[in-house]
Amino acid sequence: MEIDLFKKRRRQMTIVTVIIVALIIFFAEITKYDAIKGFTSIPAAIRWMFANFYPNAKSLDKLPSILSKLNETIFLSISSTTTAGVLALVFALFGSRTTKINNFLSSISRFIASIFRNIPVVAWAMILLFSFGQNALTGYFALFFVTFGFLTRVFIETIDEASYESVEALQATGATYFQIVFQAVIPSSLPQLISWLLYMIETNIRSSTLVGILTGTGVGFAFSLYYKSMNYNAASLVVIAIVLTVFVIEIISNYVRRVIL
Amino acid sequence: MRLLDIKRLSKEYKGGTHALCNVNFSVNEGEFISVIGPSGAGKSTLLRCINRMIDATDGEITFDGVSVLNLKKKELRRLRTRIGMIFQHYNLVNRLSVIENVLHGRLGYKTTLEGIIGRHDEEEKEQAFAILDKLGLRNETYKRCDQLSGGQKQRVGIARALIQNPKLVLCDEPIASLDPNASKIIMDHLKAINKDMGITCILNLHQVDVAIKYSERIIGINSGKTVYDGPANELTMEKIHEIYGSEAGELIIE
Repeated sequence: MEIDLFKKRRRQMTIVTVIIVALIIFFAEITKYDAIKGFTSIPAAIRWMFANFYPNAKSLDKLPSILSKLNETIFLSISSTTTAGVLALVFALFGSRTTKINNFLSSISRFIASIFRNIPVVAWAMILLFSFGQNALTGYFALFFVTFGFLTRVFIETIDEASYESVEALQATGATYFQIVFQAVIPSSLPQLISWLLYMIETNIRSSTLVGILTGTGVGFAFSLYYKSMNYNAASLVVIAIVLTVFVIEIISNYVRRVIL
Repeated sequence: MRLLDIKRLSKEYKGGTHALCNVNFSVNEGEFISVIGPSGAGKSTLLRCINRMIDATDGEITFDGVSVLNLKKKELRRLRTRIGMIFQHYNLVNRLSVIENVLHGRLGYKTTLEGIIGRHDEEEKEQAFAILDKLGLRNETYKRCDQLSGGQKQRVGIARALIQNPKLVLCDEPIASLDPNASKIIMDHLKAINKDMGITCILNLHQVDVAIKYSERIIGINSGKTVYDGPANELTMEKIHEIYGSEAGELIIE
């Protein structure tokens, strides 16, 4: 009996491997992807980067303008995340099993959040470009919508996980809905909620760079401008600035997490 | 004085599970009752029907002259302030301090706004301190609840119920997660609030020996039906086997 089990496992493994290999070959054929050429071009790419893609003295003149663009991107990310977080908390309270008012409202708020979450941020930016044009507001709303959708979902899970038992106890004492929310739900899930908010701020700094290319704002636009005008030295300076910023934000948010948890 | 009257109480869950079938009993003020029975017999459902944490499908519950099952939202709130509840997993807000958790017991008496901002008057705070004193938690008053041991957490649970000034306390498996030592402390405290303060107690218990030792009256439930309702000292081994649906030699207490 046991030997049969191992045989079965081995057969399953073989089948899965064969399928994966077949898929790779099939799609490589369709897309005309040449693996050998792909890998051998890596050294050339690295050589190009060392030859062109580094900041030089001239590009440092652009630093003040890059930093002010970077500021715009960071603030865009923080403002969209925090405002989306407030709205997400309201929807999460309605959507969560523990704190829902009724099943109908719960399904509706989960559904709305799911729509906003599943349209990618770049798609939102392109949709919103028509109504708001190329400015920071478009980027703000694109980030706001996706963040709202994502945070609603994780907030729902956080609330259900952190506070089910204490909510039951407070209901039994005769507390009202809002008393329960403020005395049990929020105190027990606050660190997790803040942690998700910080995570979303980090993610949104990256996304807002991307969205900025489309909406013509922030550091993303600066990058695409320098890159397209073949000012690779300045473009590399932008990349370094973004990477450093993301690192710093991550260090700060990790510190905050350690303190609040 | 009749405090609680339960007549023809039935509860059917969605999917057709009959958690309770035609349960009848009444409770006088000052009684200390243990409800025993196998897991899934309907003990928790019975307790939660009394304060409407679960809505019964059929029957009648009268608590202190009030018909429980027809109460509107506001009246239900008033009913719940007079019934304390203690849970197996303590159900505290672990990130808050002991005193804050105790004062949660007063929420039912407050307006929504007072409750949201956590405003408590001096009298309530003094009562909270007095209760914590009595339960031996003085030194823990300002500690966060996640720093306490299981037995201490359950004492906070008792304090939260007591500050409601309840007439009845419902205890759902109060000692099921505790070691024998902490279990004794909790049971002694429950017995004390029953004897000294005259608060009626109904407990769900898994430990038959504890039930017999502490309570005057025992209700045995199996498959949603009461199979025993009488004094603890008349609970024979035969009856216990009937409650648990077991044969001689199958129970750990023999």
